[in-house]
Amino acid sequence: MEFVWFIFLPALAALFIPTLFKRVTGIHTGWFVLIIPIVLFAYYSTYLPLTASGEHAISSFDWIPSLGISFVSYLDGLSLLFTLLITGIGALVVLYSIFYLDRHKEKLGNFYVYLLLFMTAMLGVVQSDNIISLYLFWELTSISSFLLIGYWYTRDGSRFGALKSMMITVGGGLMMLGGFVILGILGDTYSIRELISGLSNYSGDPLFTLAAVLLLFGAFTKSAQFPFYIWLPDAMEAPTPVSAYLHSATMVKAGLYLVARFTPIFAESSVWIWLVSGIGLLTLMWGSFFAVKQTDLKGILAFSTVSQLGLIMSLLGAGAIAYHSDDTLFRFAMFAAIFHLVNHAVFKGSLFMIAGIVDHETGTRDIRKLGGLMSVMPISFTVAFIGGLSMAGIPPFGGFLSKELFLDSMVALKHFELFNFDTWGILFPVIAWIASVFTFVYSFYFVFKTFTGEKKFDKLPLKPHEAPIGMLISPIILAISVIALFFIPNVVGKWIVAPAVMAAQPQLYSLPSEAAVHVQAWHGFEYIPMWLTVGVIAIGALLFTSIKKWQPVYGLQPEKLSLNALYDGVMTFSEKGMNKLSRFYMNGLIRTYLLYMFAFFSVMTIVVLFAKGAFKLDMSSLSPITLFAVMNAIVAILGTGMVIMSKNRISAIIALGAVGYSVALFFVLFKAPDLALTQLVIETISVALFLLAFRHLPALKTHGETKQNKLVNGIIAIGVGLSVTLVALSAHSNKLVASISQYYKDTVHTEAGGGNIVNVILVDYRGFDTLFEIAVLSIAGIAVLGMIRLRLSRKGSDDEKE
Amino acid sequence: MELLMAIVAGILFTAAIYLILSRSLIKVILGTGLLSHGAHLFILTMGGLGGSAPPVLLDGVTEFVDPLPQALILTAIVISFGVTAFILVLAYRTYAVHKTDDLNSMKGNDEHD
Amino acid sequence: MKKNNVILQTTAKVTFFIIFLFSIHIFFAGHFAPGGGFVGGLLTTGAIVLLLLAFDLETVKATLPFNFTVVIGVGLLLSLGTAAGSILFNVPFFTHAFAHFELPLFGDTELHTAMIFDSGVYLVVVGAAITIIQSIGGDE
Repeated sequence: MEFVWFIFLPALAALFIPTLFKRVTGIHTGWFVLIIPIVLFAYYSTYLPLTASGEHAISSFDWIPSLGISFVSYLDGLSLLFTLLITGIGALVVLYSIFYLDRHKEKLGNFYVYLLLFMTAMLGVVQSDNIISLYLFWELTSISSFLLIGYWYTRDGSRFGALKSMMITVGGGLMMLGGFVILGILGDTYSIRELISGLSNYSGDPLFTLAAVLLLFGAFTKSAQFPFYIWLPDAMEAPTPVSAYLHSATMVKAGLYLVARFTPIFAESSVWIWLVSGIGLLTLMWGSFFAVKQTDLKGILAFSTVSQLGLIMSLLGAGAIAYHSDDTLFRFAMFAAIFHLVNHAVFKGSLFMIAGIVDHETGTRDIRKLGGLMSVMPISFTVAFIGGLSMAGIPPFGGFLSKELFLDSMVALKHFELFNFDTWGILFPVIAWIASVFTFVYSFYFVFKTFTGEKKFDKLPLKPHEAPIGMLISPIILAISVIALFFIPNVVGKWIVAPAVMAAQPQLYSLPSEAAVHVQAWHGFEYIPMWLTVGVIAIGALLFTSIKKWQPVYGLQPEKLSLNALYDGVMTFSEKGMNKLSRFYMNGLIRTYLLYMFAFFSVMTIVVLFAKGAFKLDMSSLSPITLFAVMNAIVAILGTGMVIMSKNRISAIIALGAVGYSVALFFVLFKAPDLALTQLVIETISVALFLLAFRHLPALKTHGETKQNKLVNGIIAIGVGLSVTLVALSAHSNKLVASISQYYKDTVHTEAGGGNIVNVILVDYRGFDTLFEIAVLSIAGIAVLGMIRLRLSRKGSDDEKE
Repeated sequence: MELLMAIVAGILFTAAIYLILSRSLIKVILGTGLLSHGAHLFILTMGGLGGSAPPVLLDGVTEFVDPLPQALILTAIVISFGVTAFILVLAYRTYAVHKTDDLNSMKGNDEHD
Repeated sequence: MKKNNVILQTTAKVTFFIIFLFSIHIFFAGHFAPGGGFVGGLLTTGAIVLLLLAFDLETVKATLPFNFTVVIGVGLLLSLGTAAGSILFNVPFFTHAFAHFELPLFGDTELHTAMIFDSGVYLVVVGAAITIIQSIGGDE
């Protein structure tokens, strides 16, 4: 069984969803969809022992072999970790959505088709070894995210958010494609594994750094890093299951995946290390600081996601440093990154689901209106409490462990001596610590502002009560995992994290066990990160209790100077500018468009003919001119002149007929009896046709064509005529390859059993052309019939009465 | 001979393009008619006009005209008949709806998009 | 409009059959001499157009009671069927076959599947051309 096909299973299932939704109305469509991620999760779990031993599995099929493009399912520790996240969280999210989305009111058909499409895209991203198919899936995630954000497309906010995310992530994706193409050219392969193994051949190339930067554009836009993060808060317009799934657990982590996957290639670039760790840290700081400004529950979570993604990104940057130093100090970073990635997916998923529940049961997500929900929603509160404290980095929850590893890695950075880290490295632990304080603050802000404090139930649109049990199952499962992660970190480390670390740093380790870090909650009093955590809790608690006093600080930033304002400005400007530009050259007149085409055609032909020296006139191969031909040519030219000059329709038609008959005579002269016959008959029928049709058309009028227009038309027309003449002569004089006609002549009797070569070509040698030709003729006939009988017009039936 | 025919084809094209660029729908139709004649002669000329016998097997004949351009043109003739008929009907239906054959006044207005 | 042109109508009746028979001849000659489905079909069309000019649309419709759109479909199916039929014999799409037979009256005759294909072409040409002319002619 080629397991590469499993990537496409969700997309295949998506084909049946609309039918199921329409036909099976008694059951929520989500129950059918749920089967897919569960089956995939169970299936992919069987690969855990394989990757835990440091091996990998691979399955592929060629898509465009001539270009080296194939679909590959490459399962190593890193791919498998993401695969399990996608299918596992996917299953929980689908389960949650069954209770969140009402089957009578919502267009579930659309929703689940998009969601399954996304699942395929995301599996493709994390399993592809071929960078071109990786890019394809990458853009497919952007597109499915666009569709999901715009799911409630009647809302302005949804459409705006969907477009914004699409513009930014697809833009970044295109940059990334540029990086991929450079890599493909440098390494002469599109396979990531081959790129890694052949690294020494091309890493010195000056384009190498450019490829790194372009690739990071893709990763940073997708993973909502500063300054591209602005799409993520607007993406919160999506239904909450989507936010929990795409915009916190999986899709936004695709950028992190990309960085981890390409670390083995780019780790030696100092630009890469500085950008990844620097931007990551900046994003962490920025996101955590602005999260406290938000008043929308999902807005807080969006900014916290931005910040947490920054945290993981900075760890990935620090992970690349391990390539430059033998010191084991730096080896924590990659482990911490992967471990925190798992933690984040779990606790953020639960928090998003809680935000959705609060929204669902109270009717609002505005934190200023909420408060004291603990008494009516105790289970939701417990889940939120667990998730929130894990996010804040407090024991006994999983987030604490990875947060300590993170602080540890950042502290270690000041010992790194290359790339100016000895001067600037001290900034890393400082910023990391400040950001951790704000992380603590917004975690508490989210949990306690909503669930404790003054009860303001009368102001809520709905009377709050606990959510139905079905909606709570998924967040409860996630909350239990959060606690489990604290108590069994080393089991998770051995089976999931260490193999992924090894996959991200294959040159450093030969077995996953070497990459494993022993995680423990207690390191003794000497341990610096422990004291940092104590400091975070102390200062964080102080800031949280005094939040009312300093929150107005956020009002100081003028709205016009924000990144959002910049985005809006660019969008409106480009839309208006483009509109003006296209209105300028697309004025709606057919003549204008034809002028462009003909002018371009003649100029290109003539320029190329002479610039490339293609024009040649071989006088020796010309056949002799006969008197008949000259006379006939005169008839044809006179007829043509008459068609142009004629002031009267009938004479124009007759002149056109005369030209046609002279062409038929030419066919006779040039030994083409079939053509002559056909042309004669066609010409007769055509004249009849013209006469019939012209009954319905007005008399010839010039419509006051200006002299200037006529002049331009004339010049262009002469240009085209001239290029046709020149091409005909050059084509006749340059016989680069022998005509295939010799083959026809040799085989017409023996192979095709015929004597008239032209006819045999039509019905036998090139029968396909003829088949299509009669198809075209049929379409023309039926179209004519349709236009006349059906009276297709905008006015519809009005026209019929005329 | 090729020189002469290339020029005739060129003239046919020139006239056809000139008509197609004009404002009157009827002239555009006449132009497309001329254009297909020009194209047929163009293809024929490119293949070469010499040759002593039509491409039909007969005892004792060994030198034929190149049959391939002829086959292409035969296809083209029939197709251009279909297209001409189609354009004719399109034109007179357009005239019936818009009451004009002036292409300039048929330009779409911006409100549609 | 009812036309009343005795000379035209009388000659048309005769010439129609001459042209029609000639078109059949041209069609069958196609494989060895100039002619074939296209020319044959167009000549038949020409014969019918002559009738149309001499008489009127209704008379021709009554004389030739075919639905010409159906003729198009039959022709297309015939051609496509010939092309696709070769698949049944496990040879590539569009492989033709031919053989010589000793037929009474005709003597040594070559029968060729290309002929069936060509008759499809013939029918499509006649069907499409007449459909077009009838539609335009019948449009008031």
